[in-house]
Amino acid sequence: MLLKYLFAKNENIPAGSAAVFFGFSSIIWFMIGTGLGSFNAAKLAFPDFVTGVEMFAFGHMRQVHVLAVIFGWISMAFAMAMMYITPVLGNTRLWSEKLGLWNCFMWNVALSLGLTLMWTGITSGREYSDFPWPLDLAVAAFITIPLAVNVWMTILKRRTQGIYTTNWFFAASTFMLIIVFLVGNLPEYFHLTGLTEAYMTWWFAHNVLGLWITPVAAAIAYYVIPKVTGNPLYSHRIGHLHFWSIVVFYSTPAAHHLMSAPLPEWLKSFASVEGVLILVPAIAFVSNILLTMQGKWNMFVENLEVRFTVVGVLLAIPLNMQGGFQQTRSINWYVHGTAWMVAHAHLALLGFSTFLEAAAVYLGLQTLMKRKLYSLTLGNLHFWLLLIGFSIYWISMTMAGLIQGAGKIYEVPYIDVVIAEHPYMIARWLGGTMVFSSTIIWLFNMWMTARAGTEVPVGRMPHELAYER
Amino acid sequence: MRFREYKFGSRAFGAAFGLSMSITLLFPSFDLAASVSSEAGLEKQLSSGWDSGWQTKDFFMEGKNKPLKVLVKKDPKTGEALQQPVYAYVYPAGISLPNGVTHTANLGRGVEEMSVNEGRIKEARVENGAVFLIEKTDKLLTFEDKPLAYMVNATATKGWTPDDVLKQAADTDVFHVGAGKTMFVREGCWWCHTLLPEQTQDWQVFGAPPMLGDFNGESPTAFGSDRKGPDLLHVGSRNASREWMMLHFFNPRLVQPHSIMPRFDYLWGEKDADGKTIDYAKWRQEYDEYREGKLVSAPDVPMYAKDSEIRKLIDFIVNLK
Repeated sequence: MLLKYLFAKNENIPAGSAAVFFGFSSIIWFMIGTGLGSFNAAKLAFPDFVTGVEMFAFGHMRQVHVLAVIFGWISMAFAMAMMYITPVLGNTRLWSEKLGLWNCFMWNVALSLGLTLMWTGITSGREYSDFPWPLDLAVAAFITIPLAVNVWMTILKRRTQGIYTTNWFFAASTFMLIIVFLVGNLPEYFHLTGLTEAYMTWWFAHNVLGLWITPVAAAIAYYVIPKVTGNPLYSHRIGHLHFWSIVVFYSTPAAHHLMSAPLPEWLKSFASVEGVLILVPAIAFVSNILLTMQGKWNMFVENLEVRFTVVGVLLAIPLNMQGGFQQTRSINWYVHGTAWMVAHAHLALLGFSTFLEAAAVYLGLQTLMKRKLYSLTLGNLHFWLLLIGFSIYWISMTMAGLIQGAGKIYEVPYIDVVIAEHPYMIARWLGGTMVFSSTIIWLFNMWMTARAGTEVPVGRMPHELAYER
Repeated sequence: MRFREYKFGSRAFGAAFGLSMSITLLFPSFDLAASVSSEAGLEKQLSSGWDSGWQTKDFFMEGKNKPLKVLVKKDPKTGEALQQPVYAYVYPAGISLPNGVTHTANLGRGVEEMSVNEGRIKEARVENGAVFLIEKTDKLLTFEDKPLAYMVNATATKGWTPDDVLKQAADTDVFHVGAGKTMFVREGCWWCHTLLPEQTQDWQVFGAPPMLGDFNGESPTAFGSDRKGPDLLHVGSRNASREWMMLHFFNPRLVQPHSIMPRFDYLWGEKDADGKTIDYAKWRQEYDEYREGKLVSAPDVPMYAKDSEIRKLIDFIVNLK
């Protein structure tokens, strides 16, 4: 199917094809990424589980898990959301379905190749920008730039006068991603070394979260909640506040990731203050979406997409309360480098953002394929396995992190910390395995939706039809 | 339809984003560029070489294109015993030179001038190879009035060639620190072990946090962000036993029953130090029997071969002082 359309004329490709392929790709990468996560967690809980093979060593697989989830699941789900939502909000077609399909195809090829090489140990040795520089350039050329061009051109060719909030975020984030990606990898192209390299590594890691993952996930909520509930967005002004405070406050605290490195003290203090100001966009976003829900809270229970979105938005509250304050010197002193951070990272990517992306993929695939979700029961199972699995993971890692932090500041012999953390490592593995299982159910459900879902009549939205199973 | 109605918005966006880029990238770059390399920084970049991540000259990250750290006891030129043995950083012909030699500004003010004028590092050539030393001078003082270190190209100043230095050195005096750092990066040791004792604690157990000039020319720094094991920046000062390291890498639970570190036995390769094939299946079976109480002691860990990857990794770890 995909291969057939790659060489077809643009006007002969059915609208929404690129989004559908991105949607299914993202679910498959979610399955791969969480499968690797579950496997890695098993190795931390039971260190002699699959041993003595270089390819299955923890140090070879950890970064493959992280990048499969970020580039495969999250970013592809974003691409799906953009290819679906951007034209809809502009009352037009996607600028180029063909570019979108090539984008999806090359994305899968480049990511598979890159992750395979990384699995064998080929790495730049820089966290989150682990790909060596030729692969970085491939990511820019085949993934980020084509996606951005398609989004911008669709917005320019729109047939509405204004641009809706979601599309501001899409246009700005695709732009900022290109800049952040190219600039953040400068140390690799030009062999910058030492503290500059270390700082740029975290400059990239911070901004890829702050200017790509967080705003795009939020933009999805700005579309899904008004669209499905039928309520207009509570306040466009608060939307403005959210957008501008993301650009101004979220792009500056990169140095708070290296609070204990010998960076300039002014930079650390500045980053720390800006880091607390992350609460501005966070509060604007959460309050805007929750107030939009007024009068439609029944849909939180009844409708799957709304439930996923609102849970994602609610998880943004602990996420940003942690994020704003854990990077101040007094708290960072306690939790830096502990499992608390692992829990926080999963709260951001597996909690907050995954729930929002899942909502976009659920809604987008049903709308574009014009099929009602095959089974609400399986959808519910997916939701609860994901939520409970994530919660087990998050709570156990937070507790382990607090124990580790205490061990750190009281200078307890490290092995005693390892012993104390062991039960939480087992809990983490159980939670991660539940998340992995939920993705298999989801893939099956979406596949069956494509094959056997009830057709949605022309002019109707999927959420207007009753669930059948 | 154009962005007509968004003219102001897009300009404001450019200004805001540009300002944030200036504050977070441009301004810190002045401070970072002004850092003066410390002795630890010189040691790190001379022992690890050009780069320890992926590079075109080491496509599969096997530890190629790396210098050797050699303990020199006799003058390689005259054969006379040195009063005090010194460490030399040997770059055989064809091995890329470290960043501080190719871009001397990287060494920082003072150290750059001394290294270029007195140490003659600009005369080093990749085609011929070079031998470097770290020397101290009273002409440059730290803020505590201690002499500062600088790089010396011993090939130019003393006529020590890489071949001469390697010829007179016993194998036990040659340390594959640079190749070991590649192993450290490739095997992902830094996913669980930081190389960054924290400024606010860690002094008692993990030693002093690094200082500003300690990383000039090093790439990647592999600080790590998530501690699942102890910090390793000064591990060689706490435990310099190669025997302990050997047992621990082969199976960490031989020396620390509660460890969750993976086994790195595969870094031994196929043959041991005597050239005999290592029977991993037999070893694991005997180890399992030992754990079940059927054997009184754990099977012996094979002695690694001289050119094995584990030797390089242990060289790097023990060198972390």
